[in-house]
Amino acid sequence: MNSESVTTPETYTEAHAAETTGHGDISVGVAGSGDSSASATRITPGNALRPEDIALEVRTGLVKPSEDAAEYALRLGDDALILAQRLGHWISRAPELEEDVALGNIALDQLGHARSFLSYAAGLDEKSEDDLAYFRREHEFRSAHLFEQPNGDFAVTIARQFVVSYYQFELYSRLTQSTDATLAAISAKAVKEVDYHRDHSAQWILRLALGTEESRARIIHGLKLIWPYVGELFVDDELTHRLAEAGTAVEPSSLKADFDRLTGEILTEAELEVPQVPFAPGGGRRGKHSEHLGYILAEMQVLAREHPGASW
Amino acid sequence: MTPHGNPEVPASSAGAVESSAAKVPAGPVSEPSASPVIEPSASPVIEPVEIPVSTSSTSGVSTSAVSTSSVSTGSTSEVSTSSTGNVWPLWEVFVRSSRGLSHVHAGSLHAPDAAMALRNARDLYTRRNEGVSIWVVPADAIAASDPDAKGSFFESPQGKDYRHATYYTKSEGVKHL
Amino acid sequence: MAAQNLQPVPEALSPEEQERAAQLDAEGQAYFDHVMAQDSRIEPKDWMPAAYRKTLLRQISQHAHSEIIGMQPEANWISRAPSLKRKAILMAKVQDEAGHGLYLYSAAETLGQPRDKMMDDLIAGKARYSSIFNYPALTWADMGAIGWLVDGAAICNQVPLCRASYGPYGRAMVRICKEESFHQRQGFEILLELSNGTPAQKQMAQDAVNRWYAPALMMFGPPDDDSPNSKQSMAWNIKRFSNDELRSRFVGMMVEQVRVLGLTLPDSEVRFNDETRKWEHGPLDWEEFKEVLAGRGPCNAQRLERRREAHDDGAWVREAAAAYAAKQARKHAEKEFAA
Repeated sequence: MNSESVTTPETYTEAHAAETTGHGDISVGVAGSGDSSASATRITPGNALRPEDIALEVRTGLVKPSEDAAEYALRLGDDALILAQRLGHWISRAPELEEDVALGNIALDQLGHARSFLSYAAGLDEKSEDDLAYFRREHEFRSAHLFEQPNGDFAVTIARQFVVSYYQFELYSRLTQSTDATLAAISAKAVKEVDYHRDHSAQWILRLALGTEESRARIIHGLKLIWPYVGELFVDDELTHRLAEAGTAVEPSSLKADFDRLTGEILTEAELEVPQVPFAPGGGRRGKHSEHLGYILAEMQVLAREHPGASW
Repeated sequence: MTPHGNPEVPASSAGAVESSAAKVPAGPVSEPSASPVIEPSASPVIEPVEIPVSTSSTSGVSTSAVSTSSVSTGSTSEVSTSSTGNVWPLWEVFVRSSRGLSHVHAGSLHAPDAAMALRNARDLYTRRNEGVSIWVVPADAIAASDPDAKGSFFESPQGKDYRHATYYTKSEGVKHL
Repeated sequence: MAAQNLQPVPEALSPEEQERAAQLDAEGQAYFDHVMAQDSRIEPKDWMPAAYRKTLLRQISQHAHSEIIGMQPEANWISRAPSLKRKAILMAKVQDEAGHGLYLYSAAETLGQPRDKMMDDLIAGKARYSSIFNYPALTWADMGAIGWLVDGAAICNQVPLCRASYGPYGRAMVRICKEESFHQRQGFEILLELSNGTPAQKQMAQDAVNRWYAPALMMFGPPDDDSPNSKQSMAWNIKRFSNDELRSRFVGMMVEQVRVLGLTLPDSEVRFNDETRKWEHGPLDWEEFKEVLAGRGPCNAQRLERRREAHDDGAWVREAAAAYAAKQARKHAEKEFAA
């Protein structure tokens, strides 16, 4: 930003520094007072791990994932990417404007995690996050079915988010201890954001369950629609065996007890029961997806694929 | 990790945003007196009384309510503050931009209750690291001074120069005074 | 207090009351005039002329509606953004627009109009919003053109409004302008990437600039001689520069910037007038402007319908949260009573 200190003739007394853009100064035309540095609009970019940092480390050869770690990062990245794609649809359609912003923040967090994990995974054979997101085919994706489920009404979205955030919180908490420094660093950033997602979804579970008759019926229905896909999240396989042994990751099944306990507490407070529905077999980790993924990818990839090799 | 800011440009430009942004006054700003007689909208702060509203926040945002303040944005009796129907009441949001500074009025929003108001405030008013603490107050809980009485209400301090160090000129030049 | 001015006036005032009311109005007007003369600020609880309140309310709520409706053409491209970085930027931008709508609705509410009433008016088609959002966003390059031209024009309009005479409006504009500084830049960068890209990408960029240029110029409103309310608004300091003045400044900026982009403006008559020291542009189709404003634009019905749908679909959620809050408050009160 091009900024400099300017004196605006409109101010009555002392000159104050104002932000300038190409359009002139943004100033309220009145001088500050009191603790003059107190401001409700002071903005900073913050200081945290960004997807670009991972991409840079990968590009410069500072880090390179093992084959197993790359495959694992692909799973985490695809989960977050597909969910971000789903959540992005709510922006301009949420039940209230404040919730447009809230869901947008969650979508942006998820997209950030996706980009970090995919950038890391892409380091295996010198690709980029976009190569992975836009130029893989459906069976090459590794997302679990839960993340692919349609938004439905707000209750279905909240039910899905409730499961996702409690699952991701347990997962990322443990991955902060990963022997893979990059996975640990991405998880350390992500776990704090996902903690807030837990809070957001829990607040809404309570309000929908204990609000009106209609909202209660809808959240019960939403949880019932989503619950079959909970099982897949906690299934171990050969990859997770190997990674768990190496200390790179943990067995998904080891998260289940804490997930059950913590989601159970919220459901109890909301006077809800864990839906008694059989788990679907899943298969996303092996490239066997729900019917929904094809449509999601068709929309997400259409423009990038129209212009292969183009830069945006 | 690498410094923040746009990775495609040197990190110093990110710092520029921060330093310039910090200098722009915003929020309720009291205006300097244009004339000694009529004071346009001064905003003296009546000592706020802190009352905890909700401490169940899991997001680490502090919660308290200010019972009185002269913040002028605000409640109108048309805006219902009881949660009826599907219209959520109005809340005023105060943000502390960093430790050691006061909470400053940032704006308002609608929310069904204090817990959600805090969360909405976090999402709406701190998307760019604007704060380390948030207060939310039901808009109709704010008592404000009567604007029509500003002449008499704020007249007394006028002319009492002896309250200010600058009144005492004879001690000028004396060290440590 | 805003509400006081809206309270029903009793049928008959006694002569003393009438005299007192007239005196209060006269005092209020004098103070208001003083504030205007000093270029100071009016705050929500100050006395203000009824016409000032009405004009402001219309201006701020239209501005808020524009932010909210303006989310749609861009939100439509979030799912198709051609890179993950662009997807994140676009998401953040559209989300910002929701935020800007909220800041502005808040400012309007201080004038005594609840937000749900403004929202009802919007959905009922009774309120206006910036006509430009009734044009379709057809290609990815439109994300660039909207950011560069539409947000650019908006910023031109908004920066002077940071000094608007109504305090809450000015403060909202400060926050919005600070946040929006990235909006125009990201649009410019989208176009720059496209312009430096493949021939197909460059053509996409030029096509988008061609389509958005004239509507963006018309965002500043009708020519000064056809803008009867401008003068009063300028006297009230809720409009700082005339429509033509701002338009001319904007054209000047675009002329410079379009060169950097390696694109052209679809206007062969753009020139700097050495006598007036102002930028001039070719004729604009004000008939089309009026048509779109009157509801006969390409996307008017679609935009309103989408807003109505979101509002209606969300009703049960808002009700649920309100009911929960009421129940919790009751519980809390009962506990207090028992203790």
